[in-house]
Order: sequence, then structure tokens, then C-alpha cells
Amino acid sequence: MVDILMPALSPTMTEGKLAKWHKQVGDAIKAGDVLAEIETDKATMEFEAVDEGTLSEILVPEGSEHIAVNAPIARIAGEGEPAKPAAAKPVAPQPAANPAAPPPAPKAPPQAASAPLAPRLAAESEWTGPSTTLTVRDALRDAMAEEMRRDGDVFLIGEEVAEYQGAYKVSQGLLAEFGARRVIDTPISEHAFAGLGVGAAMAGLRPIVEFMTWNFAMQAVDQLVNSAAKTRYMSGGQMSCPIVFRGPNGAAARVAAQHSQDYASWYAHVPGLKVIAPYTAADHKGLLKAAIRDPNPVIFLENEILYGASFPVPSDPDYIVPIGRARIVRPGEHVTITAYSRMVEVAERAADALAGEGISAEVIDLRTLRPLDIETIVDSVKKTNRLVSVEEGWAFAGIGAEIAAQIMEHAFDWLDAPPARVAGKDVPMPYAANLEHLALPQPDDIVAAAKAVGYR
Amino acid sequence: MAVAAKRKPKSRPDEPVEAEVSAEKLLDLYRAMLLIRRFEEKAGQMYGMGLIGGFCHLYIGEEAVVTGAMAAVEPGDTVITAYRDHGHMLACGMDPKGVMAELTGRRTGYSHGKGGSMHMFSREKNFFGGHGIVGACVPLGTGLGFAHHYRDNKRVSLTFFGDGAMNQGQVYESFNMAALWKLPVVYIIENNRYGMGTSIARSSASPNLFGRAAPFGIPGHQIDGMNVLAVIAAVQEAVEYARSGKGPYVLEMLTYRYRGHSMSDPAKYRSKDEVSRMRQEHDPIDQVRKRLIDGGLADENRLKEIDNAVKAQITEAADFAQQSPEPDPSELWTDVYGEVSA
Repeated sequence: MVDILMPALSPTMTEGKLAKWHKQVGDAIKAGDVLAEIETDKATMEFEAVDEGTLSEILVPEGSEHIAVNAPIARIAGEGEPAKPAAAKPVAPQPAANPAAPPPAPKAPPQAASAPLAPRLAAESEWTGPSTTLTVRDALRDAMAEEMRRDGDVFLIGEEVAEYQGAYKVSQGLLAEFGARRVIDTPISEHAFAGLGVGAAMAGLRPIVEFMTWNFAMQAVDQLVNSAAKTRYMSGGQMSCPIVFRGPNGAAARVAAQHSQDYASWYAHVPGLKVIAPYTAADHKGLLKAAIRDPNPVIFLENEILYGASFPVPSDPDYIVPIGRARIVRPGEHVTITAYSRMVEVAERAADALAGEGISAEVIDLRTLRPLDIETIVDSVKKTNRLVSVEEGWAFAGIGAEIAAQIMEHAFDWLDAPPARVAGKDVPMPYAANLEHLALPQPDDIVAAAKAVGYR
Repeated sequence: MAVAAKRKPKSRPDEPVEAEVSAEKLLDLYRAMLLIRRFEEKAGQMYGMGLIGGFCHLYIGEEAVVTGAMAAVEPGDTVITAYRDHGHMLACGMDPKGVMAELTGRRTGYSHGKGGSMHMFSREKNFFGGHGIVGACVPLGTGLGFAHHYRDNKRVSLTFFGDGAMNQGQVYESFNMAALWKLPVVYIIENNRYGMGTSIARSSASPNLFGRAAPFGIPGHQIDGMNVLAVIAAVQEAVEYARSGKGPYVLEMLTYRYRGHSMSDPAKYRSKDEVSRMRQEHDPIDQVRKRLIDGGLADENRLKEIDNAVKAQITEAADFAQQSPEPDPSELWTDVYGEVSA
């Protein structure tokens, strides 16, 4: 004898109406037969048999309302079992335990809202070998070319990456060296070519997907977040998505609101993604090579204005910068200034100005935003007791907001002043030259913030 | 326009072109479809008991589509689909125990309880999910086809999605690139007539879904997706086309889901008559059953044996899924990132 229980139509359903019986006592029941219709205020469902036999007893007559989920509503006698009805026993509506009620919380080790401080990476040794001077543009190209020579599964795909040589000439020469099979021009279809790259990465290839600018990746953000970032977790670790999405991010010059936005905090919000925003050409090269070799999806944020900037770059083709480590650009005593991408340059100019006024600023180039090297920032703040974060993006829920929160979690007792945020003004980017200048963080804004946290 | 020689596109199914199969193969198809049917009925029951949470999209009624498709491919061909995906997992040869245990959110599930109904994968069986966003699996499946093309491995990507996805822009972006680069992708539209509760007539300016790939030069047909032998014949033809390097192919499988979109379904957008007519007159399993009996290929006893074996398999899966422990709390923090190899 099998009891048929009142089914739940949704995890939030606790009771419902037994609208109609499709079978009567004595009827033969086969798996898949519709037994009854169940109604709630929002849905109706035909309720099918899973067990087979003969309907021996109906415990809840049709038309009954407020029948609790999991209350027995009928009985089925199996083959060979006598189908004798037991004494009629109406079931009174009763509140049932909500089947979707969460189980008691497991005793997991208590976790801070933010990730615990990760074990410190081994110190990065200073490069002492030979260097050449390269632009950021050429450093990126060299990084891709070297990795494509090293691994046949690496390919570059995006708009204008092949015959046009890159909308910003980043992929110059790659088509000639690697051919159309590995350097692939796409139609203007960000959503699908991003998804195509993710699918290819799931199959084991190592795509580099170029967005002409990160503004256009807004068309594709579902594939980056829902498909690329989450698949490893959702598959219990079976699947991998080794892919790099790269392109210029943030404000260029006079291109106005739809083409001037810093997406760092958007992507840094997402577990499963790594987010990199370098400043020097050496870091662009070393971190892009690390990103291509990484088994995870990496968001690589470049900056159009930096493409033409030159820096010394180690000549060794195996020069790699590990992901997840900040760099102290200049040591200082009185205030810590964090920045990434082009804002490192702005912060350095501010530090120069501050030095002229007797304030020694320690400038940290974050380089990687996720995972954030909070250790380096904490160590610095323990020395300077003051923090100014700089970013091109908006302050609200931005990178500076995250750093401020983590500093309060990890170094509250060392702070002599509330952390200050210098960020893009809370407006869409204006076109007019004077307004654009006002909207973006300038050295003077950083100087003012550094003085404010120093009470000067 | 490139159209396979054997057929011309029409807005209604042609006289069914059916695959010829042996009696033993027909019994295999019966068993495979019955396994999906019984699995889904059990999942529906367990959902009703509160053992399965969240969304649960059942494939009941549509079994012939994936069963027929998987009978037409070769080992190494890849499969990807959207969220009505339990049938695809079983048809790919994934273990019903592991699938059911994922539905109950247990550590023995395919994703260790971290994916649920819509997010399961098997590298071993070349099943690439299980994707919860309507339309998203189409570029992903195109990417699998891209990888086959890049490696020149003669494999084909079977990319399943519903009629609802046909109104997502990324589908057409994908068709364009697949046709442009001649990627080996067979797009299989599971047209069950309703995107959630909205019928094709109320959502699609053109009801001919496969024809929407024609401007890209992608050949296609409508197929009676309730007839497993018609499905096999069509998929064989499409897979052969894609494998030979000619590019993508679209098959629109006319099918029907008997149950709601998910578990909580108002059932107001279609008539009960419509549902019961499909069940009584077009059921894919009954059709095969009738062929087997009428053709003298199997007797009632043989089918009863199969029914009982399938039922035992499902009972075992359900027991396993209820007895397996929940994931260890430490699993919360694993599988977010892969380790960087030295």
C-alpha cells in the first residue's frame, strides 16, 4: 500500500485545493496517469501517478481546500495487494511544515563578509635582466604573439583584430604571423562572439576575445558573468573556462558618456572572474601572459590613452607577472594612495606635488583588482595611517569603497582618519573639454584628499 | 541557398522520412524514452514532496527529440542545451543517480549539489550543460562547433534550444558566424509551441522558425518531433552535412510538453483538450510501443520487462538521491577558481 501525498507546486506552497479526482476507487493506475488536479492561488497542476496498482482509497474528496502539502490524499494498492478501503478517515486541513524551509544552518567556520586575507604570495623579485623600451600597445602585442607561439590553442578573436590590425593597432602583425585561422575578425556581434569564445574555452581552447572597447562588452555581459564566471562552480569543478576578455576601458578623450566608462568595479564584483587593470608596459605584458595561461576567465582592462606610453620592459619572453599582486610604485611615510591603470600616473603627479609640500605619499599600483592584494595596502596603511583611493569610475560601490571597507575590517586601529575616495564625478561623462576635465580625477583632487586625511 | 538535396523547406512537416532501425534498436529507443519519462515523473513527484527545490522543467512529451538525436550522432560529438535538460543528460548516457542527486542538492550529484536542475555537465559524456538563460546556449554551442572546426576533429556540436530562444538576438548573431565560417553545428529547435505561457502565434511574427536561418544560407526543415524515427533520419542527414564541412544546419522539431513550463504553471494559456489530444494521439512512447506490438517485434511481456527494469532504475536513482548526504559546508568555497598550474 502506497500513500499518495499532497504535492507542492512550488517551494513556497504550503497548502492547496484538491480540485478534481481523475481516477476513482478501484481504477487501475499506471505511471504517468493523471490522478488529480491541484490548485493554488497562482497555479493549477495535473498530478500524475508514479506508483502503479489500484486506487484503493481516496482520503480527500474533490473540492477540498486548504490541504496541507505532504498530507496523504489517497492510497494505491500494489499488484496482488487487496484493494480494500480502510475506514473512511477525513483528513482535516492542517498546517504542514513548509517543505522548502531551509535546514538548520550547517556549522561552517565563521566567515567575514569579505574574503579572508589570502596567504601572502612570495615576494616578487626586481627584474635585473636586460630590458627594452616598449609602448603598452607593443607590449600587449608581444604578449599575445609569444603566447600564441607557445600554445597552439591560443587564438585572438574580435572586431577588426586581423586585417585592420586592431582598431587601436594592438594586434599589428598578428594576422601575418598566425594566419586567419588564429586571428579572426568577427562581425559586430559582441553578444554572440563573446559566447562563442566561452563555448570554445569550455571545449579546451584558450581564446583571447578583444572588445574594441569595454563599453561594447555591455552587449555581452550575460555571457561573461552567467556563462564564463559561474560554470566552474555550477559544474562542481568539472568545467573550466580559460579565456581572456581584453580591450580599452575607461575614458579616452572627448568621446562622451557612452564611450567613457570604467568597468573595473562591475567585473570585480563577480566571483569566478579575475580582473586586471595594469599601468606600465611591463605589467601589461607580464600580466596578459599570466592571464592567457590562467585556467579562469580573466577581464583585462586596458586604457586607450596609455597605448602609446613607453616603459622599459624585460626582454625575457618568459617574463610573467603573477596575477593578484599590487606594486609599490614609490614608498612614502605619510599617506597611502592606491590607484590602477592610467590613474597611477595621476597619483604619481599628485605625489610629486605633495612631496613639494613636505608630504611623503606611498603610491600603490593595484594592478589586479580581483583577487585584490589587500595585504600590501594593509601593510602600507599600518605605516602611513592614512588612505586615499583613486579610480576613474564612480565612487558608489566602486573599487575605493571596497578598499575602504576592507581597510576598516583589517586595519581599523591603525587609521588616523577616515579613508578618502577620489573618483570620477557622479555624472555621465560630458563631452565639453572643460567639463570632461572636471569629471575625471585630477592630481589636485588627490592632493586635496591627501591633505584632508592628514588634517593639513 | 544551400538546401540539402533530399528535401525542400516547407512550413509543414513532409511525409515523414523515417530511419530504418532493427527491432533491437527500436527496443533501445523505447527503453531510452521510457527512462526519461519515468525519471521526470519521479522528479515531479519528489518536487511535490519538497525534496527538489527551485525550478524544475520537465521534458515529459518531448522524449523523442533528444532520444532520436542521440541515436544519430557519433562518440565525441558534443551536446549543449538550455534548462529543460534532464532528458539530454540521460540520453547522453549520464547516470540517473547522479542527475537525480543533483536535483535533490546532494554531494553525489553531477555538480556536487552546486548546480541543480539547470546546471549539470559531464565532460566524460561530452555534455556541456544545462544553461539557465534563454538563448545563451546558442553562442556557447556555436563555440563548441568553433572548437571542432579549429581542431579539425570532424566532430559536430548539437545545440538544442527552445522556440522561445528564437526571439533572442544572439541566436541570429550565432547563425551568421556559424554560416560565415562553416562551423559544424546542428541547431535543434525544440518547438513545443509555448515559450513559457506565450504561444508561437503571440510571440513570433513568422511562425516558421527554421526558415529564419535561411537568409544566412543555413538549410533546415520542420520535423515531427514526436516520431523518434523521423528525428533520427533528420538528425543523421544534418549531422552528415555539418561533419562534411558544409556548415551549420537547423532542425525545427515540432514537439509538445505535457507538463507546465516549470512546476508552478497556471495552465490557463492552453486548453486541456489540446494537451490530452497530444498525449493520446501523438505520444512518442506510445507510438514506438504500437510499432513494436503491431509489427510483432516484441510482445507485452518483453515490454513489461523493460518497464520494470526502467522502474527499478528510477527507484534506485530516487533512493540514492534521498540517501546521499548534503554537500559538506566546505564545498561552499570550492570550485570558484581553478588552480594555476606551474
